[in-house]
Amino acid sequence: MKSSVIIFPGSNCDRDMDVALKKFGFKNQMIWHNDQSIPKSDLIVLPGGFSYGDYLRCGSIASKSNIIKSVIDFANSGGLVLGICNGFQILTETGLLPGILQQNKYLNFICKNVYVKVKDKKNKYFNNIKKDILKLHIAHNEGNYFCSKDEIKSLEDNNQIAVTYCDPKGLENDEYNPNGALKNIAGIFNKNKNVLGMMPHPERMIDRYLSGEDGSLFFENLLGNLK
Amino acid sequence: MKVTETVAIDHGLKKEEFAKICELLKRTPNITELGIFSAMWNEHCSYKSSRKHLKKLHTKGKQVIQGPGENAGVIDIGDDDAIVFKIESHNHPSFIEPYQGAATGVGGIMRDVFTMGARPIANLNSIHFGSTQHKKTKNLLRGVVKGIGGYGNCIGVPTIAGQTSFDESYNGNILVNAMTLGLVNKNKIFYSKAAGTNKPVIYVGSKTGRDGIHGASMASATFDDKIEEKKPTVQVGDPFTEKLLLEACLELMVDNSIISIQDMGAAGLTSSSIEMASKGKLGIELDLSKVPCREEKMSPYEIMLSESQERMLIVLEKGKENHAKKIFDKWNLDFAIIGKTTNSKKIELLFDNNKVAEIPIDLLAENSPMYDRKWKKTKLPQKLKFSKDNLKSLNLSDCLKKILNFPNIADKKWIWDQYDHTVMGDTIQKPGGDAGVVRVHGSKKAVAASVDSSASYCFAHPLTGGKQVVCESWRNLISVGAKPVAITNCLNFGNPEKEKNMGEFVECVEGITEASKYLDFPVVSGNVSFYNETNDKGIKPTPAIGGVGLIKDYEKMISMDFKKEGNIVYVIGKTEGHLDQSVFAKELLNEKKGAPPSVNLFNEKNIGETLLKLIDLDLVVSCHDVSLGGILTGVSKMCIKGNKGIKLNSLKGLVNKFEYFFGEDQARYIIEINIANIKKISEILNNNSVHFDDLGVVDKNMLSFENDIKIPIEELSNAHKYWLKKYMDK
Repeated sequence: MKSSVIIFPGSNCDRDMDVALKKFGFKNQMIWHNDQSIPKSDLIVLPGGFSYGDYLRCGSIASKSNIIKSVIDFANSGGLVLGICNGFQILTETGLLPGILQQNKYLNFICKNVYVKVKDKKNKYFNNIKKDILKLHIAHNEGNYFCSKDEIKSLEDNNQIAVTYCDPKGLENDEYNPNGALKNIAGIFNKNKNVLGMMPHPERMIDRYLSGEDGSLFFENLLGNLK
Repeated sequence: MKVTETVAIDHGLKKEEFAKICELLKRTPNITELGIFSAMWNEHCSYKSSRKHLKKLHTKGKQVIQGPGENAGVIDIGDDDAIVFKIESHNHPSFIEPYQGAATGVGGIMRDVFTMGARPIANLNSIHFGSTQHKKTKNLLRGVVKGIGGYGNCIGVPTIAGQTSFDESYNGNILVNAMTLGLVNKNKIFYSKAAGTNKPVIYVGSKTGRDGIHGASMASATFDDKIEEKKPTVQVGDPFTEKLLLEACLELMVDNSIISIQDMGAAGLTSSSIEMASKGKLGIELDLSKVPCREEKMSPYEIMLSESQERMLIVLEKGKENHAKKIFDKWNLDFAIIGKTTNSKKIELLFDNNKVAEIPIDLLAENSPMYDRKWKKTKLPQKLKFSKDNLKSLNLSDCLKKILNFPNIADKKWIWDQYDHTVMGDTIQKPGGDAGVVRVHGSKKAVAASVDSSASYCFAHPLTGGKQVVCESWRNLISVGAKPVAITNCLNFGNPEKEKNMGEFVECVEGITEASKYLDFPVVSGNVSFYNETNDKGIKPTPAIGGVGLIKDYEKMISMDFKKEGNIVYVIGKTEGHLDQSVFAKELLNEKKGAPPSVNLFNEKNIGETLLKLIDLDLVVSCHDVSLGGILTGVSKMCIKGNKGIKLNSLKGLVNKFEYFFGEDQARYIIEINIANIKKISEILNNNSVHFDDLGVVDKNMLSFENDIKIPIEELSNAHKYWLKKYMDK
C-alpha cells in the first residue's frame, strides 16, 4: 500500500508519520510542497507542524501551496486524505472540511493524553477498530473547532463527526474538552468520509514505551482496509 | 562619530581597557572597531572574570569527544553515535522581555547544537523566578513558558525535562537557562575552526536587522530602574526560519562542502567571524555591503553588532558555492558570499568599497583581557540545633501536605503541558520524573537528561553546594537507570567585581570540579552569566548542571511511580536527619541559617554504582532519588505518580521522626522492589557496604505511618498538583 506524506516548510511531524506508516506496512514517500504532482498513492497525509510558520491563520498559506491542488483533486476523486493537527487545519482552509480551528480556549499550547470517542465506524479509518474509546495524544495551540449552525447540523446529520473528546468512560463533557472545541469535536470527515481531519496524533501512540498504543489500532485498521 | 574615552565607557569598556585598545592598535579605533572591541571584550564573550577559574574544570573522559571551547560539547555513546549538548543562559533579555528573551534563548542553544551537524532531539530548561508574592513574577513566568514553548514546539523538538524555582533573590533578575541535546554520527561532526585561505565565507539564514544590538554588552552589566529602556537590545525570534535553517544546514552537511560553521549568537557577525578565524589562525575579510539586511541604510557598526537571530556563517570549500546556494534557495533562505579567509590574521571589513575596520584577530580573541578578581571564601556555617520541643508541636501529616504544596515542590504540570514533549516519537520518560528520557531513534539505546541547581545550598556554602548539584544530577540520571556520562554547566552569579559574589563563583566551580572529577562526570560545555544583579542586589549563586546519561537498553528504563501493591520499599544510603537548609527548616520552622547537607563523594559514587548494578540485574521496580523535602516528600511523589499508597514501618535508630522524614542528607534513593528479591538485593547492598532501611510496603491507596499519618493518596495528590495552576489563574 502506498502512502504519501506532504512536507511543507515548517512541518515537524512528517518524520513521525513516516515512521508510523512504515511500521504498519505502508510504502511511504515524502513529497515536497513545491512539487506539482503526487505519485500514485492509496493515502495522502498532511502531517502536523507549523506550515510556513503559521504566521497567518494556521494552515492558510499551505492551502494555497503548489502541491495542494493535487491533494484536492485526489480527495475529490475519492482518495483517502488524512490531516493530523496542522494537517486538519490545512484541510479546513482548503474547504475540503468545513469549519475552522481557533486558538485553544485557555489560550495555552496543550500537550497531553486525551480520550476520544469514535463516533462513526462506517468509514475506512475506524471501521474495524474494536474499541469505542481511544487514548490518543494532542499537542496544539489552535485546536478549538468551530463551525456555523448549519454546518454543525450537516455534520451531525451525515455522521461526519469522527471523534470527540471524552472522559475515560466515553462521556463528552466540558471537563474533558481540552481546547473548548464545539461539541467536543476532535476530528471530522467530509461527506464521503474519504477525508479525515483530526487534532490528536495517532503517530505518537504506536508502541508501549510511548504515551500509549491506541494509535497502532488506527494504522492497522487503515492498512487492513487498503490491502 | 568621534571615538573618545566617554564613548568607550558608554560601550561598557573600562577606562583602562580603552587605553589598552589604543596602545595595542597604536591608534584610536574608529566607531566600528570600538563596537567590535566592546563586543569581544565584554564579560559575556570574553569570560574575562571567569576564564582563569574555568580552566580548572574537569573536562576529560573516555567518552568525551569534544570538551568546552566549541559551540557545544560532544560525547560518544557507542555505535558511531554521539550526543552534542550544551546549556546556555538568556537571563538578562528574559527579564526585560520574557517571551522573546526565552524564545531566542531556546533558538540560540538549538543553533549551537545543529551547527555541529547534530539534529536536536531534546530540549530542557532551568528557570528561576522571584518570590511568588512579587508583582512581576506571574507575568514573567507566563511569558517565559510561552516563549520556550513557542520556539521549541514550532521547531518540533520535544522539551523533556526542566526545573522551576521561586526565590526572592530573583525578584530583579530571573534566570532562564536552556539546554539542547542533539544526535550526530561521530564521524560527521562539524567544528567552528576555519582552515585554508581564500575560501568563501557565506552568510545564510535570516536577514540582518537592528534588533539585539549590544545584546551581549547588556548581558555583561547589572540592572537598575531604567531597565525598560533596554528593550531594543532584546532579539526577536522566528522559529519558522530556524526550522528551515536547521533542515537546510543538515542537508548541506551530508557531503563535505563545509569547512567550518558557526552560528551568529551573542555579538552576531562579530564574534562568529572572529572565532572562526581565530581558531584557524587565519584572517578574514568581509564586505559588509553584501550582508542581506532587513532594514535600510544599516551602518557597518550596526551590521557587525546586530544580534538578529537565525543566522549562520559558513566557510565553504571553493567551488561548492552553487551547490550550497541551491539548498538554501530550496528552503527559501538568504544566501550571500560576503567574504573570504585570508592569511593576514586580521579582520578586515569593507563597506561601499572602503575599508571600515582592520584589527589583528589575536587582540580580540586570545589577547582579550583576563582578570584575576579578588574573592572571599565563605565559611562553613555552624550546624543548628533544633529543639525537640519545637518539633513536638508539629503534626507530621500537616507538614507533609504543606511541603507538597510549596511553590518549589508543587507539581509543575501547568508548565510542561505547554511544551510539546512527545514530538519526534521517542520520548519514553516525560517531564515530571527524575530525568527526561528519549530513545536514540531506531536503536535500543536511550539518552537521559536532567537539569538541576540548588541555590540555597550554594548560597549557604558554595563549595558544598557546587559539589551537591553535580551529585544531584548524577542521582537523577541513575534514578531512571542511566549511566551518567557528562555534564554541561550554566553558571549564574551576581557581580564578579564584588568579592563575595566572585568568591561564590570560585568556590562553586571548585565544588563542581571536585565532584565531577571524583564521579568521572566531566564538564563538556557551558556558559557563565555574571551581573545578575539589580540595584545592588544580586541573585543567590545558581550554577545549573545539565547532566546526560546513557541507557543501553531502553526496556530497562526506570520510572518513579510505585507499581504494585505488596512490593517492598527501601531507602538506600544513610539518613542522619540533616535539617539545616532543608525545605522543612526554611519553610516550616522559618530557619534559614545553617550548613547544607555535607557531600560524601565516596558514598555517592559507591551507592550510585551499586544501584545501577541492581537496575541492570532487573531487581529495581521503581526508583526516585531523595532530594528537596526528604524521604517523606520523595515517597509521596512516588505514591502520587503511581496512584498507590505506602505503609511506612516504625523507625528504628535514634533519629527523630521529623529529622528522618524531612532531612535532606545526600546520596540516598528510594527503591521499590519485589518481595521475592529481598535476599538477593540485601546481599548485594551489604557486599558493597551500602546502608539501607526497610521503609515500608506499597499499599492500595493510603499513605500511613503509625498513628501519625493516614492520608488517602487522592488528598496527597490534591495537595501537590494544583498549586501552580491556582496561582496562575488567580
